[in-house]
Amino acid sequence: MGETVQKPTVPEQAGAPAVESTAGDREPLLEVDHVTLRFGGVVALNDVDFTLYKGEILGLIGPNGAGKTTCFNAMTGIYQPSEGEIRFRGERITGKKKHHITKMGMARTFQNIRLFPEMTALENIQVGADAHHKTSVISALFRLPRHRREERDGIEKAERLLDFVGISGRMHDAARNLSYGEQRRLEIARALATDPVLLCLDEPAAGFNPAEKEELLQLIRKIRDQGITVLLIEHDMRLVMGVTDRIVVLEFGKKIAEGLPAEVREDHRVIAAYLGVPDDDVA
Amino acid sequence: MDFNALFSDFGGYTITGLTVGAIYALVALGYTLVYGVLRLINFAHSEVFIAGAFAAIWGWAALGLDGNSVASGFGSIMLYLLVGALIAAVASAGTATVIERVAYRPLRKRNAPPLAFLITAIGASIAIAEAFGIYTRRRPVGAPTLVKNDVLFTVFGAEVTVVQLLILGSALAMMVALDLFINRSRTGRGIRAVAQDANTAALMGINKDRIILVVFVIGGVMAGVAGMLYDIRIGTLTYSVGFLLGLKAFTAAVLGGIGNLRGALVGGLLLGLVENYASALFGSNWKDLAAFVVLVVLLMFRPTGLLGESLGRARA
Amino acid sequence: MTSVREWIDSGRHAVAERWHNAPRWMRWAVIAAVIVFFYALPNREFYQWLGPIPTTGSNFGQVLFTVSIYVLLAVGLNIVVGFAGLLDLGYFGFFAVGAYTVAVLTSPSSDLKTLWPWLLALPVALVLTMVSGVMLGTPTLRLRGDYLAIVTLGFAEMIRVAATASDFLKGQRGFNQIPHPPGSYSDGKPIFGVLDPRPYYWLVLTLIILVVIGVRNLNRSRVGRAWISIREDEDAAQLMGVPTFKFKLWAFASGAFIGGLAGALFAGKQNFVSSQNLELLNSIIILAAVILGGSGNIVGAIVGGGLVAYLIERFRGIEFFGVELYEYRFMFFGLVLVVMMIFRPQGLIPNRRRAAEFKDRRKEVIVGG
Repeated sequence: MGETVQKPTVPEQAGAPAVESTAGDREPLLEVDHVTLRFGGVVALNDVDFTLYKGEILGLIGPNGAGKTTCFNAMTGIYQPSEGEIRFRGERITGKKKHHITKMGMARTFQNIRLFPEMTALENIQVGADAHHKTSVISALFRLPRHRREERDGIEKAERLLDFVGISGRMHDAARNLSYGEQRRLEIARALATDPVLLCLDEPAAGFNPAEKEELLQLIRKIRDQGITVLLIEHDMRLVMGVTDRIVVLEFGKKIAEGLPAEVREDHRVIAAYLGVPDDDVA
Repeated sequence: MDFNALFSDFGGYTITGLTVGAIYALVALGYTLVYGVLRLINFAHSEVFIAGAFAAIWGWAALGLDGNSVASGFGSIMLYLLVGALIAAVASAGTATVIERVAYRPLRKRNAPPLAFLITAIGASIAIAEAFGIYTRRRPVGAPTLVKNDVLFTVFGAEVTVVQLLILGSALAMMVALDLFINRSRTGRGIRAVAQDANTAALMGINKDRIILVVFVIGGVMAGVAGMLYDIRIGTLTYSVGFLLGLKAFTAAVLGGIGNLRGALVGGLLLGLVENYASALFGSNWKDLAAFVVLVVLLMFRPTGLLGESLGRARA
Repeated sequence: MTSVREWIDSGRHAVAERWHNAPRWMRWAVIAAVIVFFYALPNREFYQWLGPIPTTGSNFGQVLFTVSIYVLLAVGLNIVVGFAGLLDLGYFGFFAVGAYTVAVLTSPSSDLKTLWPWLLALPVALVLTMVSGVMLGTPTLRLRGDYLAIVTLGFAEMIRVAATASDFLKGQRGFNQIPHPPGSYSDGKPIFGVLDPRPYYWLVLTLIILVVIGVRNLNRSRVGRAWISIREDEDAAQLMGVPTFKFKLWAFASGAFIGGLAGALFAGKQNFVSSQNLELLNSIIILAAVILGGSGNIVGAIVGGGLVAYLIERFRGIEFFGVELYEYRFMFFGLVLVVMMIFRPQGLIPNRRRAAEFKDRRKEVIVGG
């Protein structure tokens, strides 16, 4: 008995309200500390420096090729920075294993959806929930109590999350048979199943119509209200302005602006680099 | 370990190693080219080699030279060699083309997963090898003695025979020709383009299917010549030798960096040397083991091979 | 051609559908009937009614033993290739480690002269095969898929070369008088003797059932999900918190364990192990059997392994226009692989969606927990 069951925190735990985090205690969660990333001769990230505070929704924006996804990949351990370092919850994550970073509480989605296509929606989420499970090969082999308990918890958590993102009807369908929008939602649910403190969304609204975007906004706010900090890479300015507390703007791998949405919108460099560019998404 | 054996005839082991290595290198080129363009281990390439080796023997037999014949006269020997090489090259290139058309192309059209390609390749390899095995009643077939194995000259105390010189010379000539072809000709440019980015190449008007066919044909020609050189070096041929030789040639390709033509040469020669030195040190029974030990050790420290993967993109 | 395929496909779907909608007791009844059938199969009183199924060229019980060993190997390789998606071309190497460990520890021709009984050597063989799996996997599982294929092929070849060349492993002369598994009938005669192959077959069949239950449990757990997520998208799996390297190593070790078990059983039945048992083709045949049956599906692996091994044996002793068909067995095998991949690359019984099973599974878990 003695062991404590890791309670799935996500949908139940009411976190700190948003207002509090933007106003008062600015506890840093993720620090991108003067990170430079080179591929051969190409400088993909040039001395990028920003901090993400607990409880906020931070938008990371910039024109195509600005280095947003590269920055994401550096944060989640796919790339190692050439200079500088990234700290998550005060701990240096440079050089840490990817699955370890996930266990520390950082989860992400992908720009081009990367679900496990042959697995059902339920199983996809279970994989995320397994991040904190400890079932060993032996206990799975003999169906020992820990396996049964974690299996049951995982399924319950998956059901709650499917409901939370609004696709509970598709529980037993293979991920590849889900519609595009459902796949995006499933990816978010899978990421949430790892019990993150920080959720990184890589262009979650790509390919959505306005109604779907509105639903997504609500979902993101709902996630934040659970006490989860959100980092949002987005192309669609309206979406970013509508939901984020602060914005960081990248261009050609450099940070060119940072601030409240209203400030960033007025920043002439941002207008020149980003808003000035005719873009369907802006309209 | 028997260091005396190795050092008493170090030059001799080196020359033999290079000779064996040259044959590996020629076969390795086929693996590397196909891999560079299609990202496919053409498992059936060993049978492309075997087809050439048998074709040369049967070609000579048709000209009246059986396993016991000994050819004489410089002119006629050269002629026999050329005819043998030609027949072998045509047979191997033909086999490679048939494999491409029958086994791989239908899968490519359906965008089949890589595993399906590999299984097809294995199936084709087994079927072809077995067909040769059944036809030859699983017995070794003798090749005529075209070139007498006389010592030609001595370098650093190592005796170099006519056969060794022939094999090394023709293998190097073929490689230089291939290198020029890939780097200078229009088709060669096409091959490099498809290897780097097949989709963009297609947009630029390069016919991918044609390039793939060319790659299989070139690989086949190289393997065919290798097959004939093998006949001359060993003197007999059994249907089943392709498997191990193919495996080692692939190892050579990986050693040098798969997809990299010059890597195949370096890898092949290196593998031949390692094998021969190992057989001197540990006894010839163990020489096959040496190749794989080297491969595993190399992959642990340098997963992209000695020279890196250059025909295609270097993968991150 | 296409219409025939569609007809077969629709038939298969209908069967699958009925299977999943059938009540639980009926499914158990069918499974029980299949198991009883296979236990009864080697008895002459039973198989004489089965028309062309029993082999003509060789003892049917002996053939069934060979087939059952292949089935066991296919189930093991299916974990590595089918679940975790790791291309292992040298799986037979683990069989060799298992068989040779038993031989070295038990045979009077061994230099060790330990002369252990078979049952004592068995756990050592299993542990050693798992260790060899981990030793092979640790440096190689970080490599890209195609390199893994060649290194594993090299591993099997290294074992063959070592068995042929080293004095300790006796080369082609091999090890003889390897003891049989223990046990005797009430009249004192040993159960596992030289003449009757059936008890060995029954032993392997029983172990297959146990292994399948174990593999099924693994597959329906965190472990199985980790394997499949690695197969589907390794990077994404890692970013979702799956320790991919660890689970790839487990896949290798589990597969090796089953391969070693098959090798140890083979040694105990055959009495004799030599380097001639180690044809490289064996690894390829098992891999092909798994793919043929339907990679990633336990039933598919069983059917594939059984069918391939059985058909190869079935060719023995059949003459067709004066030609011994057995001679052509591998050529046909190769051609079947090519044709199969062109027309049915997903295998005979593909890795079907597990959706329907899921409902039961949930119930099971909740009731059980």
